[in-house]
Amino acid sequence: MKNKMIYGVTGIFDTPDEIISAAKQVKAIGFERFDVHTPYPIHGMPKAMKLGASPLGYFALVFGLTGAFAAFALMTYLMGYNYPLIISGKPFIPIPAFIPVTFEVTVLLASVGTVLAMLFLLFKFPNNSHPLHDTEYIKRVSSDKFGICIEAKDEKFREDEVIEFLKSIGAKHVEVIYYDNETLNFKVNIFEWKFVTFLVVSALVVSGATYIVLNKLMFASPFNWMMEQNRIDAQVESKFFGKDNFSMRVAPVGTVSRNSNQFKFSGQPELADAKLVNPLIPTEENLRKGMKKYDIYCSPCHGYHGLGDARLNGQFPNPPSLHSEKVRNWGDGHIFYVITEGQNSMPSYSSQLTNEEKWAIVLYVRALQRAMNAKEEDLK
Amino acid sequence: MTAINYQRKELPSIMLKTGVLLFLLGLIIALLGYAIDHERAAFNGVILLMFVMSVGLGSLFLIGLEYLVGADWSVSFRRIMEILAIVVFAVPVFSLPLFANLHTLFHWTHIEDVLKDPILKNKMPYLNEMFFSIRSTVAFVLMFIFWWLLAGRSFGQDSSPREDFRKVTVRISALFMPIFAIVLTIMAVDWLMSLEPHWFSTIFGVYYFAGTFSVALAVVTLFAIYLNENSYLGEGIGGDHYYNFGALLFAFTNFWAYIAFSQFLLIWYANLPEETFWYLHRWEGSWAVVSIGIIIIHFIVPYAVLLPQPAKSDPKRLKFIAWWLVFAHFYDLYWLVMPTYSSGGAVFGWMEIYPVLISLGTILILFYYFAKNKNLLPIGDPKLPKSINFHL
Repeated sequence: MKNKMIYGVTGIFDTPDEIISAAKQVKAIGFERFDVHTPYPIHGMPKAMKLGASPLGYFALVFGLTGAFAAFALMTYLMGYNYPLIISGKPFIPIPAFIPVTFEVTVLLASVGTVLAMLFLLFKFPNNSHPLHDTEYIKRVSSDKFGICIEAKDEKFREDEVIEFLKSIGAKHVEVIYYDNETLNFKVNIFEWKFVTFLVVSALVVSGATYIVLNKLMFASPFNWMMEQNRIDAQVESKFFGKDNFSMRVAPVGTVSRNSNQFKFSGQPELADAKLVNPLIPTEENLRKGMKKYDIYCSPCHGYHGLGDARLNGQFPNPPSLHSEKVRNWGDGHIFYVITEGQNSMPSYSSQLTNEEKWAIVLYVRALQRAMNAKEEDLK
Repeated sequence: MTAINYQRKELPSIMLKTGVLLFLLGLIIALLGYAIDHERAAFNGVILLMFVMSVGLGSLFLIGLEYLVGADWSVSFRRIMEILAIVVFAVPVFSLPLFANLHTLFHWTHIEDVLKDPILKNKMPYLNEMFFSIRSTVAFVLMFIFWWLLAGRSFGQDSSPREDFRKVTVRISALFMPIFAIVLTIMAVDWLMSLEPHWFSTIFGVYYFAGTFSVALAVVTLFAIYLNENSYLGEGIGGDHYYNFGALLFAFTNFWAYIAFSQFLLIWYANLPEETFWYLHRWEGSWAVVSIGIIIIHFIVPYAVLLPQPAKSDPKRLKFIAWWLVFAHFYDLYWLVMPTYSSGGAVFGWMEIYPVLISLGTILILFYYFAKNKNLLPIGDPKLPKSINFHL
């Protein structure tokens, strides 16, 4: 020991009753910086040492409230404002559904935060050396004896007096503890190769195990029931239909599907304009249907009012207005043709819309055009 | 074994006087109520019945729990629960005026309506007057039997302790637990849930139990603290007993909230019309205020008061919160029962006071008379010294 400095004086006692009485007397003399070490918690010790309430409760309160508010605020922001989704018909901010999560996060933050506060603030964690370590005293009090240690930092500390005092209150064995600053200020080198290797190995083991569990084990029998379904996958050989072993069936020769969208005027817009007549009449029902489909399929580019000013504006070649002279002079058949076949950047919508729905859209487009260019007589 | 320093003191007569005063006042209001508006009086009668049963059956449960888990700390005030459990004998008495008013209370007793209603028709094998009366009678008889087995037998131990008493009582307690669960659930379902016979909730028995436990513990806490402060319990209980009362009251405040919220969350989430209407009844008009109030009264206030550690062992705050929980259980029962009587808006008048007056009066009177000439400490119990010296 190079810089021998005195840490404190320790005394060892035999029974819990003795240590309680010793703690009371040490406190009564007026010592403030002293600690008691026992192999197990002794009832009444905080009272005998006149310890105040632990500050840990406040940490738990602060962390718990933080968790509660953070969880609630996060869910409210995400579900209510950032990405509102309707889930099973509930409001965007369904408070009852938030409560379990809020509760969980409260408990999580309160417990983890309290433990971390205890380790880092109260136990001064990364610093794990203490003058009492490796002394005869700590070996005894951690197995079968009860000890008290009066620190040299105490204002009333006089080495000889304290030794005499501890002996006078019945200490069986009194020891003076020394320390040197160098060992006490020893900092742990976290980049020591053993420690780093240990970290790397454990990270590899944990991630490997996680990978195996999530990617292999979860798909091994018997966890794969949902994948083994009694259906035929597309484009896979199937023995079910005897001859050709195709799983995807083709229509028999010479038949037409009942919902077939076959278009006679492919590539002939003028002919379609001339020949096709809208089979729907402009009832409210048909117009509403057209509006619904228009809003779903057309409005992303053409805009809700057909002005070509929709939310995707600027990301594609801008679509022309539906209110131009040209489009207004088209027949219904021509619009139907464009929906069916597409035009310039616009793709065909035949796979999304039935013929009836297309005609409903044509009706709605006509209504939009009429609304934008109302004639004098419409106002009457 | 240290000698127990206990001198029996007779309870003060002010206790009896208060009890009689409350009871008579309540009785007058009840009689007036039945004369003026027998429907409203009968619904209040359900509150009275269920409150008194909560205290009586809950005390029995606490005794059984003590034996079953081998608790030491509660032995020194077990007498309070044993004496308090006597109120189970008042439960059938309070059920009599309700049996006379079954048609007023329960929609399912109107056979002509039931036959028109397919749901009620299917529930007929369970919900009919005959089976209902049998169930309640059996429940009452079981309460009496277990009162004798768990509480009544204990008083003889003071003068002539039997060696195997604890062993036998532990077995009885083990038998009592499932029977307690069934009796409590049946009573809760019959007298509270069947007020709205279309509604069902499988957690309802547990919900009523959560209230029962907290109110029984609150009443025991009140008796224990008042008796201890006036040194009727010798050196029976001290700071760490108080702390346990506080901790348990806190725990069961949370338990109640957990169960109540579970019931609500599942019904709210599933959104099935055959379940949600019960809550919607409690959301109409001014009932919404009462429904919000139950969260504050039964959970937030006791939770906030009992949260700090010193509060759990401070007799002043414990007394306050125990009284508060008694009030909360009345409030809870009011919330469970009265929306059936007045749907659309809450009602509160002079008649709603009588369940409170009668049940508190009954508890005080029965406790006073039954505790006469009895030790308030179970001095024959070999665990008593350990309980008196209980430290956490």
